[in-house]
Amino acid sequence: MANKPSDTLQGRPGKFTLFYRRNLGFLFILLWLVGFLVFRLYPFLSSLVYSFSNFHLFNGIQQWGLMNYQEIFSDKKIMNSLGITFKYSFITVPLKLAFALFIAYILNYKIKGVNFFRTAYYIPSILGGSVAIAVLWKALFRDQGLVNAIIRIFGGEGANWLADPKYALFIISLLRVWQFGSAMVLFLAALKGVPADLYEAATIDGASKIRQFWSITVPMITPIIFYNLVTQLCQAFQEFNGPFIITQGGPRNATTLFSLLIYNRAFKSYEMGMASAMAWVLFVIVMVLSLIAFMSQKYWVYYGDEKG
Amino acid sequence: MHSMKKQKEIGTYLKYAVLIVVGLIMVYPLIWMLGATFKTNNEIFSSMSPFTLHPTLDGYKNAMNDYGGKINLFSAMFNTYKYVIPKVVFTVVSCTITAYGFGRFNFKGKNLLFAVLMSTLFLPNVVMNVPQYILYNNFGWIDSKFYLPLLIPSLFAFDTYFVFMMIQFLRNIPRELDEAATIDGCNHIQTLWYVIVPMLRPAMVSCALFQFMWSSNDFMGPLLYVKTPEFYPATIFVKLSMDADTGFDWNRVLAVSFISILPQLVVFFAAQDQFIDGISAGSVKG
Repeated sequence: MANKPSDTLQGRPGKFTLFYRRNLGFLFILLWLVGFLVFRLYPFLSSLVYSFSNFHLFNGIQQWGLMNYQEIFSDKKIMNSLGITFKYSFITVPLKLAFALFIAYILNYKIKGVNFFRTAYYIPSILGGSVAIAVLWKALFRDQGLVNAIIRIFGGEGANWLADPKYALFIISLLRVWQFGSAMVLFLAALKGVPADLYEAATIDGASKIRQFWSITVPMITPIIFYNLVTQLCQAFQEFNGPFIITQGGPRNATTLFSLLIYNRAFKSYEMGMASAMAWVLFVIVMVLSLIAFMSQKYWVYYGDEKG
Repeated sequence: MHSMKKQKEIGTYLKYAVLIVVGLIMVYPLIWMLGATFKTNNEIFSSMSPFTLHPTLDGYKNAMNDYGGKINLFSAMFNTYKYVIPKVVFTVVSCTITAYGFGRFNFKGKNLLFAVLMSTLFLPNVVMNVPQYILYNNFGWIDSKFYLPLLIPSLFAFDTYFVFMMIQFLRNIPRELDEAATIDGCNHIQTLWYVIVPMLRPAMVSCALFQFMWSSNDFMGPLLYVKTPEFYPATIFVKLSMDADTGFDWNRVLAVSFISILPQLVVFFAAQDQFIDGISAGSVKG
């Protein structure tokens, strides 16, 4: 067990002053390193080991093998939930980033009251993770909720959003899209860094605003687009609070994201082995997607040689 | 020339129109929520206005009800801050020390360890929940009175995002200051305390603010590690009070929700600029 993480460190000699001086910085990061070994690396590796067992929290391990992975890939319900997770992520991330970039782009003009708008847009992001906001979301999208009231004013019919398998996932996804504020702040900072002379030159050449957006703005801020893309994908694949609090995975499993299944297996039926295997499947998917994003960088991400 | 000017004017109006509409979408639900806490349950869903002609404090009165005789809203909020405040302090201290080590020293294996630090930024938490639970279970930390599973990792600079943010910030503090301090006879700990910490203060404030928000909002952590109702923090209490009355007592549920996020709202409005600067500082610069 990793109860004694310091074992690995005690072997390092501290006898020579020179050595001490050269490696003094190591003492300052020691705290982090110990925490990393105990609270991250050990759990991370142990969960890989558990994933090949039928580890039950109270009954321990009776069997080793690939059975968890076999179950995952043959169980329709699990595969279905994986599909829902992909769908959720591929709705949430593009919408959120598009919104964030669009609003940041407008705010980047010399707009009066930029700070006011920026603050207003950022509130949902800072509070969004809280249970209170999930509760609010449930109230807004009820059959009798605020959203339907507004739709009915404009003559629409509305829908029972959260009870209808057709819409429920989208509503859960909207809760995260609504929190585009932090991605927007990052975009805004990046947009401010695009040199103004590029736009001036393009205007003289007669390029339209739309053309300038696609040919100057977007290429110049690709590093931030990339950063936002990877972090948001990573978050989306792990989404838990929204569906857990608002829909409990329903209606008819329409919002049963993968993290909900992992939670049920781990903390309702205490099948730690199975839950670890599922977590690893999700982990590998997220890693592969991030890797694809990283590899594709050279085709679309522009890192300027100069600061700017 | 004239038409171009006009076009520009229209463009400006259009921009403001978009900003205002989106702003309403962002903020209106929260305003409506506040209004709904003062309405009767019959009125909440009958109008979309946040105002009411017949305000009532029933929602707030009922929000004070306890749950199963064990816990009420205020004791739950008190529980939240029992671990959030130490966690904020631990995080700021441990992350500052770690950032100082990475930002100002060279030592064997530094590049490798820095790569490890960076990779933890991209390590999804989902793969960690199960094994961390097992680990804390072995330590006997589950349902600890002192919220050990939520608290102890933060002593070890567990949230590497903040370490990264501070390293970025440190890069902009000239090393000459450290050198001058060394010449004046400061040792490294004194340099950290008298030179780095005062310069790093904006980053430390950002770190404290974000950790305050994130850990006050944290739902998964308490859901897994807090089992006894007396120890429930506000997030769990809000979820329980929502589950307890399915659809009848919305003014109470919304009042509970609103009170529970009030401290976060106050902190946000008091320090909004630091929040915005904080995210910008933490991002990877291209």
